[in-house]
Amino acid sequence: MDRHWLTRPGTIALLWVVFVLVLAGTVVAEAFIHRHAHFEVTSWFGFNAVFGFASCAVMIVGAKVIGFVLKRPDTYYSEDGDD
Amino acid sequence: MTSLLAHPTTALFLGAVLVAILKGQARSVAALVAPLLALWLVWQVPEGIVWQTHFLGVEITPFAVDRLSRLFATIFSIMVFSGALFSLNQTSRLELPAAFVYAGSAIGVTFARDLVTVFLFWELMAIGSTLVIWSAGTRRSYAASMRYLMVHLTGGVLLLIGVTAFIAETGQATFGAMTPHSVGTWFILAAFLVNAGAPPLSAWLPDAYPEASWSGTVFLSAFTTKTAVYALLRGFPGAEILVFVGLFMVFYGILYALLENDMRRILSYSIVNQVGFMVTGIGIGTEMALNGAAAHAFAHIMYKALLLMSAGSVFYVTGKRKCTDLGGIFRTMPLTAICGIVGALAISAFPLTSGFISKSMIAQAAADRHMTVAWLLLAAASAGVFLHAGIKFPWFVFFQKDSGLRPPEPPLNMRIAMILLSVVCVGLGVFYEPLYHILPYATDYRPYTADHVVTQLQLLLFAGLAFFVMLGWLRRTLTISLDFDWFYRRLGPALVRIAEAVIEAGRAAVRTAVFDTMRAVGAWLVARHRPDALLARTWSTSGMALGVMLILLAYLVGFYVL
Repeated sequence: MDRHWLTRPGTIALLWVVFVLVLAGTVVAEAFIHRHAHFEVTSWFGFNAVFGFASCAVMIVGAKVIGFVLKRPDTYYSEDGDD
Repeated sequence: MTSLLAHPTTALFLGAVLVAILKGQARSVAALVAPLLALWLVWQVPEGIVWQTHFLGVEITPFAVDRLSRLFATIFSIMVFSGALFSLNQTSRLELPAAFVYAGSAIGVTFARDLVTVFLFWELMAIGSTLVIWSAGTRRSYAASMRYLMVHLTGGVLLLIGVTAFIAETGQATFGAMTPHSVGTWFILAAFLVNAGAPPLSAWLPDAYPEASWSGTVFLSAFTTKTAVYALLRGFPGAEILVFVGLFMVFYGILYALLENDMRRILSYSIVNQVGFMVTGIGIGTEMALNGAAAHAFAHIMYKALLLMSAGSVFYVTGKRKCTDLGGIFRTMPLTAICGIVGALAISAFPLTSGFISKSMIAQAAADRHMTVAWLLLAAASAGVFLHAGIKFPWFVFFQKDSGLRPPEPPLNMRIAMILLSVVCVGLGVFYEPLYHILPYATDYRPYTADHVVTQLQLLLFAGLAFFVMLGWLRRTLTISLDFDWFYRRLGPALVRIAEAVIEAGRAAVRTAVFDTMRAVGAWLVARHRPDALLARTWSTSGMALGVMLILLAYLVGFYVL
């Protein structure tokens, strides 16, 4: 069976290139628009890009940390007869 | 009383009866017409008090209309219609009637302007929704529905205490804006928050919703939490505590959803997350914030239903619900995948979707009030929504890896329902004026400024970059995450078992002691009363005479001494 065109390595590489170009585009676009930032910090150039990435990284790490404490096998409650 | 016939709830309750007794085509027609009739009635009734009466010395207003109630009744009616369309091929005979009672009660709450009526519909909602979960017909769903019912009956008791105390405090039962400063209002607020999925009891939602059938979860996602949002909007606008509660819910939803493996539980956590945005908006309390909370509830009901329809379709055709079992099914389910992606973009508030034009009002309100920390947290959370629902759901369900599954698309009615909601999600994002026009307060807010679009795209797309860069950290595992329900599923039963053991040991000790004592007494008695024992043997005449003489002697002594 042929690999679906979306799953070919070439397509995936192309998608990455397009994605990075779009990312760069959103940052560059900031230079050409009129900003009216609500707070001082948000008026920094590229603030939303950095903030979006950083806050997500923090949340992913945070979830991982919480997971160490709270994760259980998904059969955890099965012995109660719920499954 | 004739006005009761004009009540949209009546249309849905009648629809519930018809759907329960009819079969085949007639049932389908009834299932689709009843919600449309309800929607029509919502817009026929004039604003103002329609029906008012007295009950136990308090004035009650079971049927009154204003902009806020009409907005929520409208979206609830549209939601029942979409849900009914999606579930036309559901084989359970119980689910749809239960869903109609559930939705009808939710609409009943929105038109009630007194707390007694609110309480009655509140309880009916709990029963209707429990039956929806129950009708999935599995052991798991039964157990989950009972846990769900316990939490909601607890919420009902809180509400009843609150309403009773409120009537005792104020002498009236009008449901209007309150401030939480008395016993009654605190209890009412607590009851509303239980249904909103607020901490600490929030675990009821991700516990119960994913156990409903493929169509049941679609109904469940819409009414309970959003009726609570409505009740908070009317009852506690501007209550500052809600800002903190809301922000907690926002991040709770994200973190738990990131850890989750069950696709519909991911979306359930994300309901808590989204309601958190609304609760925060209600806590901010300006007209812009309240408009934003109401608009977000409206938009959310549509895209969350769409997401759960997409997940429900996958569950329907594959029978699988875990991300670890799914993946790669976009090949044979492109329509379901595209509709799911539209819902995912809408929940992430991408420009040109409904989430963009609603959620941004809440952030704008935080900015207008110079709440810097709240604004930054909301922005981080917006990025987090894209992370946990916007990409995670479609990625792990439809793409990810090739699971080898080649399931077909779901039946026609399910496809039409998904397409309909996809159109609504994009339509609301492009033509937002009609929605803004029916919000509680007049607004001239403009969501599409170059600044807003560019910054939002930056925020979201870089969140997407974080997802793919850190994909290894997000690998799905066969796990669940402990939540507050651990206390009543594990700790509670464990304590009961310990208490049972202690009580049993105590009973055994007492039993032994009592039996030993009785045995000793018996032996003592037998020793003295058995044939030819001291007290049972035949005494000699002289002995008897001696005894009588001693008694008489004692009497004589007593007579003189005493």
